[in-house]
Amino acid sequence: MKRVTLALSLALAAGLSAQAADAQTLKTVKDRGMLSCGVSQGLPGFSSPDDKGNWTGLDVDVCRALAAAIFNDPTKVKFVPTSAKDRFTALQSGEIDLLSRNTTWTISRDTSLGANFTGVTYYDGQGFMVKKSLKVNSALELNSASVCVQTGTTTEQNLADYFKANNMKYEVIAFGTNDETVKAYEAGRCDVFTTDQSGLYANRLKLANPNDHMVLPEIISKEPLGPMVRHGDDQWFDLVKWTLYAMITAEELGITSKNVDEKAKMENPEMKRVLGTDGNFGEQLGVTKDWVVRIVKAVGNYGEMFDRNVGAGSPLAINRGLNNLWNKGGLQYAPPIR
Amino acid sequence: MSTEARKPPLQIALKIRRLLGGKAGWNGVAVQLAFAAVLGWIAYEIISNARANLENQHIAAGFGFLKNNAGFDVNQTLISYTGSDTFLRVFVVGLLNTLVVSVVGIVFATVIGFIVALCRLSPNWLVSRVGEIYVELIRNLPLLFQILFWYLAVLAALPNPRQSISLFGIAFVSNRGLVIPQPIGLAGLEPFLAALAFGIVAALALRIYARRALFQRGQMIRIWPFVLGLVIGLPLVTMLVFGLPFTVELPQLKGFNFAGGSRVIPEFVALTLALSTYTAAFIAEIVRAGIQSVHKGQMEAGASLGLSRGTALRLIVVPQAMRVIVPPLTNQYLNLTKNSSLAVAIGYPDLVSVWAGTSLSQTGQAIEIITMTMGVYLLISLITSGVMSIYGWRLNRSLGA
Repeated sequence: MKRVTLALSLALAAGLSAQAADAQTLKTVKDRGMLSCGVSQGLPGFSSPDDKGNWTGLDVDVCRALAAAIFNDPTKVKFVPTSAKDRFTALQSGEIDLLSRNTTWTISRDTSLGANFTGVTYYDGQGFMVKKSLKVNSALELNSASVCVQTGTTTEQNLADYFKANNMKYEVIAFGTNDETVKAYEAGRCDVFTTDQSGLYANRLKLANPNDHMVLPEIISKEPLGPMVRHGDDQWFDLVKWTLYAMITAEELGITSKNVDEKAKMENPEMKRVLGTDGNFGEQLGVTKDWVVRIVKAVGNYGEMFDRNVGAGSPLAINRGLNNLWNKGGLQYAPPIR
Repeated sequence: MSTEARKPPLQIALKIRRLLGGKAGWNGVAVQLAFAAVLGWIAYEIISNARANLENQHIAAGFGFLKNNAGFDVNQTLISYTGSDTFLRVFVVGLLNTLVVSVVGIVFATVIGFIVALCRLSPNWLVSRVGEIYVELIRNLPLLFQILFWYLAVLAALPNPRQSISLFGIAFVSNRGLVIPQPIGLAGLEPFLAALAFGIVAALALRIYARRALFQRGQMIRIWPFVLGLVIGLPLVTMLVFGLPFTVELPQLKGFNFAGGSRVIPEFVALTLALSTYTAAFIAEIVRAGIQSVHKGQMEAGASLGLSRGTALRLIVVPQAMRVIVPPLTNQYLNLTKNSSLAVAIGYPDLVSVWAGTSLSQTGQAIEIITMTMGVYLLISLITSGVMSIYGWRLNRSLGA
């Protein structure tokens, strides 16, 4: 129902307004006093509400960092849960200002949806989870298995490619939401549950007996996850993009939420540029000079954000791996702030 | 003095004036045409504006994507389909899945509905209370909840394929669904089918002949030995001549699942069960109302002719009740078809799930896909109600109303 409403509102927005492409997202957000951020319907570590209704997770923190940069207040975010199927329509129709929802960056999504990816918040890859009792050790032993998958994802297409390439048969059962998929897997409707590997670890925590299930070693795809914004508003695109880069740069320079005030007083020229005591990069982005200070105070640098939500400091305990900084063997790399 | 008769206006012009103008005459026609023109202009504006704006925002538009590869699989396909087929084929696959669940659901709902209605009307206290409880329980619970109940209850109760319940070693029930032997055609199939078809047609013709003889000449003709010979004997003879028509492939457990045989997926079973039992509760009430609308004197007249209760119902009451039953019954059929879109909740690959769901998010072309989906549901509903109107019209004609 929601999908139909969204599609209709998109049709109306496209059909009736003379210039639907408003190049004023930042102004709209400031006037509204609130950032509208599209997240998932509940994926621990990335975006899920706790028992008090507070949203936490890596994708959530990206939005909080942006709100901190704009309003100096990370709580001024309205989180809009979207299903995998509805997420792009929600962005296109203007219901949300950005989509921060473990979404894989692909060329077709970048070019045909009227939206842009602003960067990669998490380098992921698709994996498989099975019950230990099946005694399967490799994805190549999954011939004729039934696979539960969430519909409307790149996962669904990778799955078809992988089984075809390896000449294996399978049965796919596709569900609308993540929770329905996990429930069907747990009920025994399928042998295998597949999604991004981070999602497998996150969902395993939701199962009654997490230790009865194992994640197979194969990674069958590249899944760079990142936030998306609408086409046609370069100022907003820049701000979202550099919010992530600011957090990565802060980690490179050893700026944390605890020491950011001391670092701001240092006479190091790079530190002064990044933290806004020198230059006016923040103002050029449409926010204030001390935007990086605001971001790091609110959510910390990239490493702190990672550890708190999905890394060592979280129940998921995922290794940094590809998501480590470029100079520590990972892929996270930010262009210089200068 | 001669008055020259004025030339009468063209018949077709008069028709248009009456149809469009009504009492207002030609002025009315002009207003109607102007209104239609305004509507057309607004529609044109909306479409061309949408086009321009989608273009501006670099959102892909148009129906070119139908020819692209879909790249995902579907677990119940009535026509052959793989991930490398086009989106157009996905559309057809989803449409057929919607149609099959609707048609099967409508058949079961009608049968169950009539049975429950007859139960409610039964003079037997226990039977009528059972019917009443069924109706009140089923129609007062939300449908989505019932679908989930059947799906999760059925799934939870069934074992995994390796421990599946064997039905005489030929069919197997597990939480992967029901696996049954699949017939595979052999050389003798075509003559066998031809003989069977001929036998059935000939038997029907015989029946028409016998009825006519009964009604027109009062002559009873015993036809059942001939019918038996045509429908069963003839195909048997062809089997002796041409060999077996088909062989049966038995399902076998292989790895995770059964190989061979054909399979009914649990999603289909759960959805059909839920849709047909739910709609049956409404149909039961409609049928009951229809039967009660027939004056009870009709039943008494039947009884005085020596007809049993069942025969009187079948020959006298139900044909008259159908006039009242058909229009609201059509509504229920339409509801069932549209309710089948709740399939998405349990992963049954219907039109809304694979087309307005998966395909929409893979292509992002919301306007085209939602328009096509709405158009299809509209078309299915119009066809259903058209068929039911024809049925109702024939019924009225045969009753001489």
